[in-house]
Amino acid sequence: MQNFTKGFIKNNPVFTLLLGMCPTLGVTTSAINGLGMGLATTFVLVAANVVISLIKNIIPDKVRIPAFIVVIASFVTIVDLVMAGYAPALHEQLGLFIPLIVVNCIVLGRAEAFASKNNVFSSLIDGLGMGFGFAFALTLLGGIREILGSGAIFGFKFIPGDAILVFVLAPGAFIALGYLIALINKLRKA
Amino acid sequence: MEYIIIIISAIFVNNIVFAQFLGICPFLGVSNKLSTSVGMGGAVVFVMTLATIVTYLIYQFVLIPMGLGFLQTISYILVIAALVQMVEIILKKVSPSMYQALGIFLPLITTNCAVLGVAILVIQKDMNLLESVIFAVANSIGFTLALVIFAGIREHMELMGVPKGMRGIPIALVVAGLLSLAFMGFAGLV
Repeated sequence: MQNFTKGFIKNNPVFTLLLGMCPTLGVTTSAINGLGMGLATTFVLVAANVVISLIKNIIPDKVRIPAFIVVIASFVTIVDLVMAGYAPALHEQLGLFIPLIVVNCIVLGRAEAFASKNNVFSSLIDGLGMGFGFAFALTLLGGIREILGSGAIFGFKFIPGDAILVFVLAPGAFIALGYLIALINKLRKA
Repeated sequence: MEYIIIIISAIFVNNIVFAQFLGICPFLGVSNKLSTSVGMGGAVVFVMTLATIVTYLIYQFVLIPMGLGFLQTISYILVIAALVQMVEIILKKVSPSMYQALGIFLPLITTNCAVLGVAILVIQKDMNLLESVIFAVANSIGFTLALVIFAGIREHMELMGVPKGMRGIPIALVVAGLLSLAFMGFAGLV
């Protein structure tokens, strides 16, 4: 249980560990995009964690990092192709950031730090926890930017007319995340 | 003329860090001091150009003729990882002084999503070899420019009275947001 919850708050990959910043900033123009990216990453994280913990005894220690990368890249390719087939609109929106899950430090980081040392079941739970923590952070940031930037949430528009457009553009991503992290730091200390 | 447009667009209008959100991890990680950021920038220029050439040739002359386009992600990340290792070894032998300057940054570059991102982008944009090389060089210069400007500001920020909760990453992100806003002024230039 602890393996599951630690990814949400205490070790949230985005807010505390500051890993995976590129997709965090790049795709969170709306809550839906954030959620989609988060779930895609969760799938890769869980699948890679399980496979790596299964084969950890076969891989020679010296080539473990390239071996991990091949496993991760295979699952990323699966996600890429499946998404292109079944959710082409979302695939179009996320674009380049789907293949870039390969170089997301969270995935390789969990493989090296957790899955290569623990059994299959706890690796599965760890992947789920970290993945949902990442998805939660992305959806939260996406939601905030969507509310401020286009007056809508999950595509449902509740403020008519224009909103603060800058929040859905590139600068808004940096500024919103900066204040969000400051707020979370504040809450954690209180 | 066409090449000049590629260069200006990649450096200023669609800056890889401020507009495309690639390479954020090293951007936030090594931008504390001006001297390290110049070193990192130099290493990225070197590796990104080389990686784009090699992956482009592999894609056009190995993957496409064999009908293996779907292996793009896997093969690219392995090629980049191997290339970085090779550059490190060669540099150590051939030019120890350059290795001294760039050495510690090289391993970090494998997980710099800007390198993989540019390699994939030139395929998506259907560029030819010369355009790809120019695109890679221009993007890496754009990355270096962003890194150096940001490091310069962060060095000054050390002396400022930043509110407690905003210190460190939050204020850095807000500064990056403002810089990104400034770079938006270049929109419409091309």
